[in-house]
Formats: sequence, structure tokens, C-alpha cells
Amino acid sequence: MSVDTSFTRFTGTPGYIAAGPLVDAVNCSIALQRPLLLKGEPGTGKTVLARHVAEGLGMPQLTWHVKSTSKAADGLYVYDTVQRLNDSRFGTGDVSDIRTYIKYGPLGRSFAAAERHVLLIDEIDKADLEFPNDLLRELDEMRFTIVETGEEVAARHRPVVLITSNNEKELPDAFLRRCIFHFIEFPDVALMRKIVAVHHPHLDATLLDQVLIKFYWLREQNDLRKKPSTSELVDWISALLRAGVSHDTLEAHIPFVGALLKKEQDVEALTRYDGRGGRLPVKWSELGPRYNQ
Amino acid sequence: MFLDLFYGLRDEGVPVAIQEWLAFVDALEAGLHGSSLLRFYHLGRACLVKSEVYFDAYDRVFARLFHGIEGSVDDEITEQLLEWLKDPKALPELTPEQLAAFERLDHDELMRRFLDTLAEQTERHDGGDRWVGTGGRSPFGHGGTHPTGIRVGGPGGSRSAMKVAEERRFRDYRTDMTLDGRQMRVALRRLRHLTRRGLPTELDLDETIDETCRNAGEIELVFRAPRRNDVRLLLLMDVGGTMDPHYEPVSQLLTALHEERGLRAFETYYFHNCVYDHVYRSARLLREDEVPTGDLLRRLDRRWKVVIVGDAAMHPAELLEAHGNIDPRRTTPTPGIEWLKRLANHFERVAWINPEPTSEWDFVQTTRVVRRLFPMFPFSVDGVTEAVRALVAARQGEAA
Repeated sequence: MSVDTSFTRFTGTPGYIAAGPLVDAVNCSIALQRPLLLKGEPGTGKTVLARHVAEGLGMPQLTWHVKSTSKAADGLYVYDTVQRLNDSRFGTGDVSDIRTYIKYGPLGRSFAAAERHVLLIDEIDKADLEFPNDLLRELDEMRFTIVETGEEVAARHRPVVLITSNNEKELPDAFLRRCIFHFIEFPDVALMRKIVAVHHPHLDATLLDQVLIKFYWLREQNDLRKKPSTSELVDWISALLRAGVSHDTLEAHIPFVGALLKKEQDVEALTRYDGRGGRLPVKWSELGPRYNQ
Repeated sequence: MFLDLFYGLRDEGVPVAIQEWLAFVDALEAGLHGSSLLRFYHLGRACLVKSEVYFDAYDRVFARLFHGIEGSVDDEITEQLLEWLKDPKALPELTPEQLAAFERLDHDELMRRFLDTLAEQTERHDGGDRWVGTGGRSPFGHGGTHPTGIRVGGPGGSRSAMKVAEERRFRDYRTDMTLDGRQMRVALRRLRHLTRRGLPTELDLDETIDETCRNAGEIELVFRAPRRNDVRLLLLMDVGGTMDPHYEPVSQLLTALHEERGLRAFETYYFHNCVYDHVYRSARLLREDEVPTGDLLRRLDRRWKVVIVGDAAMHPAELLEAHGNIDPRRTTPTPGIEWLKRLANHFERVAWINPEPTSEWDFVQTTRVVRRLFPMFPFSVDGVTEAVRALVAARQGEAA
């Protein structure tokens, strides 16, 4: 495969703080013209990344939201036979030209487009187990044939393909082999500060400290069924700011816990902890050694 | 050379193919790694490793191969290192083995190798990538840089590749470990056998066209039933006694199975140590929860898939002899082994999942006996995946 050394590089955007390895992985996928497969905890910004890659590269973006009923062929094109049958029955529309009944899917559109696109295939693991296998050739060669017309659609510009997966199903090896893989790790405190700064630039530093201490402490609790994620943290801070919660209140309580914990068992566990007179941490030193290097 | 990385990964069971290796080489050619070992580490991982499950293996191989190569080398540090090299005993925290290995090399040899390493490293910074393989195994690197925790001029402040690799943060993602609920669900997703049954709600296009043509162009829509999972699963669980330490993972398996709504039917029963005349509807094994095992065999046909979770470790008499039940109030003349044989003969697909470590199976007499009746799988992601595969493997004489 030819390697384009002068490819357009992604360097991040002001609205998305990406760790170095992630930027490298994006660039690697652009340079090698292979799809980038992103995995990671929910809420680590897998889907949002595509929008920012598109923004950073100055390319338009197309999204293919995969559902449990999605078929690989839907992404290429759909032949609307029922419409055509109807038209022929009632004499409306031009039935002789089959092409008017071929409707491109997101993948097909990104191939046929005149300019290079960023294509996001979101949550590929939602679909059937065989789904990724059905896309192998299309993603490899970036071309497909419309069976009904015999026409071949080849990508004028290979789109930058980003694929996200939540690990609900294992992806087939043959598919994985064609991808560049990146696992988005949960951000550490330093990175998290930067991320929060993007969304809430004027947040008081001591308040932020308290917020992060509570947040990471919650994440450390092993019996939580669902750990709060970055996006939930950002929402929670919005709620705190709206309500004007002070630094002192936050020391002893976790207000608006519903923004962070989404399972009733988790909320109950926290209430029980409170009821037992459990103390919430106030200083970083009360968290594990991981936070105190 | 750094093909060692490729084969090292394969030895660790990471599925890397030539195609991925070539992609990696392409990426290196494009200069994507810059001149930093950390970026080289991440680039290699992105290209070669396709699941976080194998990140730990990658870390181990990387740490082994690239031990001691770190950052750029400048004169000052070179001198410092040479200083230390002359007196390896002065290095704190060397293990006796390392020290012995060190002393086996005479000073000149060590010096020569060290300089070779340096030469290769300089070469790398001129743009080549020869530095990798031999340097990684250099005795100098091991003794000189790592145990003392001294990085040779690594990028100040930021994390080093070796540190990243050696931290092994992805240990938890290894699949040969016992699994958590989510991984369990991923493994169980394979448990399916699709058939069409139920209400016709899906448009059958081919039939619609055919019928419409037959109908002289008058549109005739034909529907068919969507595909559904046809798997019926019977789960038999050993509880109490030796199974107590396995309570947590086993309950996760149970939760995962309960949440797996795709199954056509699913029933769970409990037993203690071995299946006898009765199994129990609840894990408390109360008399009112009793269900005659014979009823199960009559009611559930052979297509039911059976998963037995148990350690198969008991006193031989409990398994092999009449009145063997450990609970004296419930003994029966039929020995446990007889019931197990009936299960094995009645159902087409049975898998036994044993939470005890595989290495111990051979040392337990009853486990050996049970293994002759049922295929036995360890309680890990790989084990459950294998078990599920065995359960849904193609059958003869049954249409899909």
C-alpha cells in the first residue's frame, strides 16, 4: 500500500482535548488510509471525536448510526423496490430509470462525493455479528457495485473512516486486521482538568478540585454498577454552577447525584454510605496513591 | 531485529498477521513515530494490537524487548553511565541474579556491548530503525538503566514508553482471567441459533415481487417472520461448600444469562456437589424448591442446551456410590454418576464449566470422572467462549 507522507494531519481542535496517542492514532489511520477503530468506556468521547476530526481537517462529516437491524448493504445503497412497484402500478415517476430508485447510504455517499469526507460508523457492535465482515471489501478497496444497474461506485477520495464500538459484540479478526485500533483510556486528573476547562472555562479552581476529588472517588468505588463518565462530569458541573453550589456544600455532600449515577442501586449504595456516617473525601491525599504522585 | 516484536507478540498469543505488520512498517516509513519511543510504542500498539485484551501482552513484550533503550543519549549521560558501568556493584537494588549475570561479563565485553548499543541508538536518531532488536536484549540496558530507575535522557516530565509499558495498566483486560459481567455477556452473545418463527412482520421482498408479478402487477405484499434465537438453555449450578469462593463470578454469569433476553427459553436449577434425584429451584436448596431430575429429563427435549457450573470436586463416594448424597436426609439408591450419565445421554449439547484452575483438574479424582462424561471448560472469557462454541456447533440432521 502506498503511504502518503504529505497527508493532512489532525492536530486536535480547541473544543476537543485529545491525548497524544489518540492524535497519533488518528494520523496513522489517515496516512495508512485504514479505518480507525475506537473503543473505550462510554462517555470518553468516541463519537464526538469524529466531529472534531472533521472540523480539524476541514472536511464535511457523514455519520452512519448502526442499529441492531442495520445491514451492511444499507450503508452503501438501498434500492427502493416498493416505490418502483408503486410507481409502475400507478404510472407516476420514471420507472425506466432504475437509478432514481437507488438511494445511497452514508458509506455510498462518502464514496460518491466530490470532496473527501470524514465518515463515522457509530457503534458498529450494535449490528449483527456478520455485519463488519460484509463491509470488508468496501472498506478495503473503497468501491462497490450496484447490483441492479451494474454500475460501480469507486471512492473519488478515500474517506477518513472512524468506527466506534462499545464491545457489545466481538468484531471478526479479518475486520480488525484492516483497522488501526485505539482504546480511549479514561482521562487522568491532569487531562480531565483540561477537558473541564474547555467546557467550563471560568470555573473556580478550589471548586474544581472538590468536584474532581468527589468524581474520582466515586469512580474508585468498586461496587458501583456504572461508573460516571467524562460527559456526566461535565453535565454535573453545569448543574452545580446553575444552582450556585458553593465549595463548602460540596465538601460534605454530593448534590445532584442523579447527574453522575444512573442506576438506582448505585444511588442507594451512596445513600447507605451516607447513612452509615461514611465520610466523603475532601483532599486529594484521601484518595489512593495514584492521585498523589 | 525488531521482528522480535512481531514474533514476541505471536508467542504471547496476540493474533498479529503479516498484513498488520506491513501496515506498521508503512507507518514507520511515513515517520509517524517521530523520534520518540513513546510514540513508537503507541503506534505499534495501534497497528498491531486490535483489542484492549491484548494490551497487557503487548506491554510485556515491549518491556522485554526494549528494556534499556530510552530517549536520546548525550555525552554527559554517556559519561555518567560509563562511570557506573565500571562499578556495577554500586548500583542499588540489583537482584542477586542480575548481579551474577553482570559479573559473568568481563568489563571490556560489557563496555564493547554498551558502546555498540549507543552506536545503534545514535543511528536511530539519524533516521534508521536498526537500533531496536539487539539493543533491547543488551545486558547493559537491563542492569544499567532499569533497576536503578535511571532513564537515559528521556523526555523530561512526560511519561516514558518504558514506564507506560512496565506499568501494565491493561492487566485487567486479559481474557484468561476470570471474567466480569460485561465480558461474560459478550461471550454469551454467541449462544444463538437463528430460526424464523412467530408473527410475520418483515417484508419479504423477493416473494413480494414474485407475487406481484403473478398478480399481474397488482401489488401484493408478502411478509415473513423475523429471525429469532431458538436456543433453549438449562443451567445447573453447584452451590455451597467448595463453590463458595466462586460465588461472585458465578453470580455474574447468572446475571449475564438472565439479562440475555435473546434466548427462547432459559431455566436454572441448583444442586449441591452432584445432581441426584432432585434439583432445586433456589440456591437455598429447600425441600419446597425440589424438582425431580427425572421430570426435567421428560419435560425438556434433547435440543435444550445444558450448562453445568460446578467444581466437580467431592468425595468419590458422593459421586459413585448409592446413598452418596452428602445430605443424609436426602440420600437415594441411585448414585450421582448415574444421574450425570442420564443427563449426558439425554441432551445433545452439554458443557461443564469448572471455576477451579485447569491445572488442578487432573488431581481431583471426581473431576477426572466427570470429565469423561462432559466436555469441561475453565471459567474465563476464553473458557466460556469455547463452551458456547461447543454448545452451538453445527448439528447434523437439523435445519438451520
